[in-house]
Amino acid sequence: MNQAVRKLSEDLWNGRDELEVLTFEIAGETFALEAFIVQEILDLLPETSVPGAKAFVGSVINFRGKVIPLADIRLAFGMEATRPTIDSRIIVIEIEIDDEPVLAGIRTDKVHEVTTLQRSASEPPPSVGMRWRPDFIDCLVKRGSEFIILPNLQVIFSAQHDRSATAA
Amino acid sequence: MSFPDPIAVFRTEAAELLEQIEAGLLDLNVNLGDKDQVDAVFRGLHTLKGSGAMFGFEALAAFTHHCETAFDRVRKGEVPATHALVTAVLGARDHMRALVETPMGDHEAMSETLLDNLRRAVDGADSGDAAAPAAGPARILYKIRFSLPQNAMANGTNPLPLLDELRDLGTCRIVADRSKIPSLDVLAPTDLHIAWDVELLTDQPRSAIDDVFIFVMDDMELVVEEVAAPVEPEAPVTTIKAPAAAPEPTISSSLPAPAAVASPATNAPADAKAAKAAENVRVPAERLDELMDRVGELVIAQSRLSQLAGGSGDLQLRAVSEDVERLSGELRDTMMVLRMVPVTQLFGRFRRLVHDLANETGKRIELVTEGETTEVDKSVIERLADPMVHLVRNSCDHGLETAEERRVAGKPEAGRIHLSARQQAGEVIITIKDDGRGINKDRVRAKAESSGLIQPNASLTDQELYQLIFQPGFSTAQAVTNLSGRGVGMDVVKRTIDALRGTINVVSRPGEGSEISLAIPLTLAIIDGLLVRVGNARYVIPLSAVEECLELSVEEDMRSRGRSFISLRDSLVPFLRLRDLFRTGTKPDPFQKVVVISTGSERVGLVVDQIIGDHQTVIKGMSKLHHDVGMFSGATILGDGGVALILDVGHLVAEGQQQEAHLRAAG
Repeated sequence: MNQAVRKLSEDLWNGRDELEVLTFEIAGETFALEAFIVQEILDLLPETSVPGAKAFVGSVINFRGKVIPLADIRLAFGMEATRPTIDSRIIVIEIEIDDEPVLAGIRTDKVHEVTTLQRSASEPPPSVGMRWRPDFIDCLVKRGSEFIILPNLQVIFSAQHDRSATAA
Repeated sequence: MSFPDPIAVFRTEAAELLEQIEAGLLDLNVNLGDKDQVDAVFRGLHTLKGSGAMFGFEALAAFTHHCETAFDRVRKGEVPATHALVTAVLGARDHMRALVETPMGDHEAMSETLLDNLRRAVDGADSGDAAAPAAGPARILYKIRFSLPQNAMANGTNPLPLLDELRDLGTCRIVADRSKIPSLDVLAPTDLHIAWDVELLTDQPRSAIDDVFIFVMDDMELVVEEVAAPVEPEAPVTTIKAPAAAPEPTISSSLPAPAAVASPATNAPADAKAAKAAENVRVPAERLDELMDRVGELVIAQSRLSQLAGGSGDLQLRAVSEDVERLSGELRDTMMVLRMVPVTQLFGRFRRLVHDLANETGKRIELVTEGETTEVDKSVIERLADPMVHLVRNSCDHGLETAEERRVAGKPEAGRIHLSARQQAGEVIITIKDDGRGINKDRVRAKAESSGLIQPNASLTDQELYQLIFQPGFSTAQAVTNLSGRGVGMDVVKRTIDALRGTINVVSRPGEGSEISLAIPLTLAIIDGLLVRVGNARYVIPLSAVEECLELSVEEDMRSRGRSFISLRDSLVPFLRLRDLFRTGTKPDPFQKVVVISTGSERVGLVVDQIIGDHQTVIKGMSKLHHDVGMFSGATILGDGGVALILDVGHLVAEGQQQEAHLRAAG
């Protein structure tokens, strides 16, 4: 497993020493996503729940005339639900699922900044002492006293996708 | 945005040209003397050859050249147009399509065979005259006079290479006509005032000369006269003395008329065609979809503006808001129209099909079409083609009798297939009618019984009986022919029409023929829906599935706790409480409504909290992440920017029945 994870994080850095990311906060943890997959940051929008859909993507929003699913990363990491605050935002990202670009929104508690992460400060997720699925995380980057989590969205979304596919 | 692939552009263009050629040939087949059609076919072949060569489709250009030559001779009146020729060229046309699609394929043998056919057809038509261009290099003297528009050089046309190309064709004598050059004080050095007279002695066909001018043909003046059959090479050159002696561009009556008349005749329609082409713009369908999305956003933004304006007392703001509302409404309507294309395109294909079927079956078949200007969404047209092919084949093969049988029955010998299209309340109705023997009900019944589709002696209405022919594996044809009778096909028709949310209606009268009507919604992108509210969320039910709406009375509501049925005009209709199905967790409204929907044979009531009204629904697909959710076929954006999900009626009923079964098992 560790080997596989190591490989994924290699893919992420792809020979680069620096990564431009957008950092944001969900349930007290700081996450970061590569800036280029971020399409837009929106204020909270009215959500329409989709009965029968997986809780992870339990609702849809109207993103500029397109109906896109709203994903809740907390559920993938088994985190506590947080109440929407004045800082809550939706980050719209475009990722590839089965070689097709898919737009999705991610609900966050707060969006921080666009910043640059150093490869030298990154570590693969520890295989023990973590309650999250290690393959959901590309790597952890140490900054000051805290860690920034770089989630592996492909795996997270595909896992939800696959599970729903087998369930159907 | 990347530039379109030039090869792909050529292929699209070639496909259109081939369609035009085919249509021209088929028209010609009906009226062999039709000079306009001969010209149209010739022009099509000529353009195809020219642009084929330009895009590197050498084999295509070479092959097309022979057909063009044949038609050129027809055009000049050297050989008459015959049915054999039309058939040969039709065959050749199909081969051209293959050459366009797979230029690298191995087509040599096929090309040879087809060219042999063509040669035979031409020679057969020819009165044994061996003067065919292929037979020998007869040298012909052409007098060519051409002038380019004044601004030609500014547009990048250089006359000198044109002259060089003419020189390459044969012995050439070129004289410049300088009579139009103005005096020095008014002369603009970049304008072109010179015309040229050329005498060309060549063994090349006339088309070679046209080829020289192919790129400037549209706005130039070109007169080509064929002066005489073989002349001594040196003779014509010496006869030219001075520019003044050059022939006038007008055609003198002493010249061989057919050849001379041909050139102005080609230029005039070409001009008309160029003008028409300028009015049309080819746009990829996905750009239209993008535009559609933008218009959708605009409509949503506009409705927010209206709300704001309505809430404020500012009269000017209200006036602007009303203007925007009107404009965006119009924009939306225009947008819908953009996607519509006339069914001519679709019907055009059947002329060839019927022509071929007539040959194969040895029946005489007339095709009559009606209402070709009816417009339908482009994606619908594309998907209709296959089912219609099956239906037309079926009519020709099973429906129409042989000439002999028809004579005995006192009908005209030629069978008639009638295709028509018309619009009716948001649907387009396409009818395929034949005047053949009609559907044999007894045979359909016998076949259905023997294959276990229906119980013996089951009582069925005529319509129900006819619908059986759309079942998989059903065919009443006693002989399996090349055309139909294998029982595949009709169920494909049914499936495609279902997918288009359309319906099939069959009418048949024994001995008089049958009529199959397809009713298809005008567009796939937009449906009429009924907007309802369940809990806090709004949903759209496709209006085509809705039969009626009624109120669920308090007694029914109470009584139905145990059984979910309501009685509707003496029949029991099961119903689903969407609030339970969607687990809204909200309290029901005091007056529940039931929307009765039908899915094929099943009628089901859907209990909702509120019926909001009908809603023109622009369908948005569900995200890939929601493909496991079968209850919804899509989503739409409402006027206030909210999202409403569109119910997939068939799936929902199945889901409801499952739940009901669970309840019953649990209870």
